[in-house]
Amino acid sequence: MREHRPLRRYAAVALLVLGATFATSAGAEDLAIRNCTWCHGSSAQGYTPAPRLAGQRAAYIEGELHKFRTQARNASIDKQYMWAAAENLSDRRIRELAVYFSGLSPVAANDGDAAIVARGKEIYQNGLPSENIVACVACHGPDAQGVGSIPRLGGLDYDYLKRRLAQWSAGESVAGAVPMPHIAGQLSPDKIAALASYLSFQHDARAAR
Amino acid sequence: MPARFDRTPRSLPRAHARLRIPALAATLLLAGGSLATPAFARADHSVAAKFAYCQDCHGPGGQGFRGFYPIPRLGGQQVQYIKNQLEAFLEHRRKNAIMLNVAHGLDRGMMTAIAEKFHRLDPRPIGGAPRGLIARGKEIFQAGIPQANVAACAACHGPDATGKNEIPRLAGQLNDYVVAKLTNWNKERGQIPSRPDTSLIMEPVAHSLTRAEAQAVAAYVSTLR
Repeated sequence: MREHRPLRRYAAVALLVLGATFATSAGAEDLAIRNCTWCHGSSAQGYTPAPRLAGQRAAYIEGELHKFRTQARNASIDKQYMWAAAENLSDRRIRELAVYFSGLSPVAANDGDAAIVARGKEIYQNGLPSENIVACVACHGPDAQGVGSIPRLGGLDYDYLKRRLAQWSAGESVAGAVPMPHIAGQLSPDKIAALASYLSFQHDARAAR
Repeated sequence: MPARFDRTPRSLPRAHARLRIPALAATLLLAGGSLATPAFARADHSVAAKFAYCQDCHGPGGQGFRGFYPIPRLGGQQVQYIKNQLEAFLEHRRKNAIMLNVAHGLDRGMMTAIAEKFHRLDPRPIGGAPRGLIARGKEIFQAGIPQANVAACAACHGPDATGKNEIPRLAGQLNDYVVAKLTNWNKERGQIPSRPDTSLIMEPVAHSLTRAEAQAVAAYVSTLR
C-alpha cells in the first residue's frame, strides 16, 4: 500500500497541471487585455498619455501594433512604451486584441477648448484650400468615424490628438503613413489645437451600443 | 508670440516650454527638426505645392485612394476632362462639397498645369474589385446591352478605356468610385439644367444600367492598365 501513495500524488499533480493548462488557455486573453488596459484605462477609454482604444477601427489597431512590433512607428513616446508592449505579440494575438478593443463602445473625451471648436470644424470639414490643406472629412468621414485602416478620430482626447498631429509636423513616426506627414506638416500649432478641440467633442452615435 | 495652446498639456512639459520662446526661434526650431517642415501660415501658390496638395488625397502617383469616400484616380486622366470637372464644381454643375472648396483655390492656369501633371502619370491600378464580376463587365464594356439601350462603353471611352479629350479615362479607376458615380449620376452631375454639359451623354446610360451591371463594368475597368 505504501508504494501506491506516491502514485496517487502523481495523479493529483497531473490533474492540477491539466487543470492549469485549461485555465491558462481561457485566461491568457484576459491577461493580454489587462496588459493594455493598465495604461489605456480599465474600459479602454484612454488614460493620458495612452489613447482610447474602445471603438477604434480594428484594421487600424492591427496595423499600428505591427508597426510597433517592427519598430516602424518610432516617435519617442512609441519607443518608450509601445515597442516593448508589442514586442512579443503574435500576429494572431494582435488580431484578437484589435477585434476586442474595436468592439467596445467609445466615449467622447470632450476635453478640448470649446472656444476654438468652430475653427477646428471648418478645417476638418472644408480644409483650407488657400493654404493647401486638405479636408480631413474625405478620409476620416463626416463624423470622424474612420473606415478600414483609417482611424476613428472622433472623441479621442485633446492632448493625444494634438501630440499626434504635432509628431507628424516634427517629422516623427512617418513610416507607412502617407499622406499624414505631409498634411500635418503644414498645420500650425493653433490649427492643430483647433482640430484637436473639435475632434475631442465628436461622437458617432452609431458607434455606441 | 506664437499662438498659445489653450491649456497646459498634462503630459508634455517640453512642448509647453517650447511655446514660450519667441516666434522666430520657435519657427527655426521646428524647421530645423524636420526635413520638410514648411514655414507655417505662408500659403504657397506654386504649381508644385498645389500638386502636392492634390496628391495628399488622390495619391502620390495619382492612383486614387480609398478614404471614407472613394477618391478617384487622376493618373493618366484626360487633361480636358479634369479641367471640365474642376469648372463644373466651381459652377455647381457637379455637386461635391469637398471639390468645390478645392476648385476655389485654383485659377484656370493652375488647373491646366495640374491636369497636365496628372495626365503624365501612369500608376498601377490599386485593385480590389470582386474578380467574379470582371467577365460580365468586359462583355458590357465591349458590346453594351442592346436590349436595355446601353451602348458599348468602348464606343466613346475607347477599346482600352483611356478616354479622349472631354471623355474620361476609365482604365484603372477605383472600383467603388465608378460604382458610386454610375449609381448616383443625375443627383451629382448636370445640376444646372439650363446649362447642359457632357454629363448629359452619360445620363441615359447610367439610368439604364442596373446596380449589378454597374458593379460589373466598374470591376472590369478597375483592372485595366
